[in-house]
Amino acid sequence: MFAAASLTEVFTSIGEGFEADNPGVEITFNFASSSALAGQITSGAPVDVFASADAATMSRLTDAGGTTGAPMTFARNELVIVVGAGNPRKITSIRDLADPDLIVVLAAPQVPAGRYAAQILEQAGVTVTPKSLEADVKAVLTKVTSGEADAGIVYATDVRAAGDEAVGIAIPEAANVVATYPVAIVEGAPNPAGASAFLAYLTGPKGQATLASFGFGRP
Amino acid sequence: MSSRTTRDRLPLAVMGLAALAVGFFALPLLGLLWRAPWSSAWDVVTDPITRAALWLSISCSLWSTAASVLFGVPLAWVLARVEFPGRGVVRALCTLSMVVPPVVGGVALFAALGRRGLLGQYLDLWFGLRLPFSTAGVVVAQTFVAMPFLVITVEGALRQQDRRLEEAARTLGATSWYAFRRVTLPSIRPALIAGTVLAWARALGEFGATITFAGNFPGRTQTLPLAAYLALETDPDDAIVLSLLLISTSFVVLVGLRDRWLGAAASGTGRSVAER
Repeated sequence: MFAAASLTEVFTSIGEGFEADNPGVEITFNFASSSALAGQITSGAPVDVFASADAATMSRLTDAGGTTGAPMTFARNELVIVVGAGNPRKITSIRDLADPDLIVVLAAPQVPAGRYAAQILEQAGVTVTPKSLEADVKAVLTKVTSGEADAGIVYATDVRAAGDEAVGIAIPEAANVVATYPVAIVEGAPNPAGASAFLAYLTGPKGQATLASFGFGRP
Repeated sequence: MSSRTTRDRLPLAVMGLAALAVGFFALPLLGLLWRAPWSSAWDVVTDPITRAALWLSISCSLWSTAASVLFGVPLAWVLARVEFPGRGVVRALCTLSMVVPPVVGGVALFAALGRRGLLGQYLDLWFGLRLPFSTAGVVVAQTFVAMPFLVITVEGALRQQDRRLEEAARTLGATSWYAFRRVTLPSIRPALIAGTVLAWARALGEFGATITFAGNFPGRTQTLPLAAYLALETDPDDAIVLSLLLISTSFVVLVGLRDRWLGAAASGTGRSVAER
């Protein structure tokens, strides 16, 4: 099972629930940026299920004939500004990120979180000079929680997963982007029956309840 | 030619295994060449971001090689010649970054030199010096992983060296610095060059510690390996071109150095050892 880095905690938990309901089935996860995973699938990695953090990456895989059937949207996520515990630089809005004295890190434009961040900044009309364009969204979070960066843009669920170490500051709806998470069975899946059973669990009440408890929105 | 007779004497099994080893290294390279999108290669290579990454890779790797020589040769000298308690521990400590995964090395550098790090907080407070996300940070990360290659190579040569020559120089009134410079250094020249080249090659290919400690920003901290990794996210073809650019850069330097320096130096010592 290949899943986007932002799904690390929630899919680990859903996987445990699924394994408890289906004795004898064991799920192996590979979490990385969606685009990296899609690339690995295109190169022939033996995968049953692919869950992406953006529709664009999924449709690229679908267009290349990499999936069986149409992808399903199973969750939504929004983006927030992340700052360290206690918000030491007193950031309150997206405009504050333009401060040149602030160390801002974003995800690279090659990964979904980076594309979303660029889109948000453009919609808000704010010019930010990031110090670094990280390879995935978890790296952005780590740079902020470790105190090396003052602020970043990550998923709301990432901030929740970081617990006390990070604070999320909402981005106004007008400027924000809603990330949709599509999931699909990969073409040539070694275990297609297990894959459809997982998709049913994920979109069913138990899977959705776990997603909600991690801060994901309903599809 | 003596090399001819040596080659004839090698058992067939050795030749076969060696050929397999060559294939093991050549095949992935051939795979890259086979998959490379030759029609768009020139566009990728001439892209300003690629050129910035190439320039950054070359300049940072040279700086970190210089730092490795400046600090690594004295370190190797001390490790090889000075007996002190805990020498084994110090040696292990100084070569630890060879076995630690580079990403972990990057995290360790943060803990030491980051804005909140053990020493980094004072660098920031007293000098306003911030290494993370800077080009200097790239050099620090590269030096951290590359220097042990030089230290190990040079220390090995110093240990194998006949110390009587150095002692003879000392009895004739040479200072230890003069003896080192005029007697020891020339005799370990091949090892010094090999170690320097190894360290440089390791620095050029460095990825994990760099992206963790220095981050990724085109023109400032995005070296070629980082650019190749990020290109993999969206355009694997571009990533192949960038990888080939990196490989050919190191290949040209390694082959060039071998012929010009290493080959001549190695045969030079070979002769002097035989004469002795």
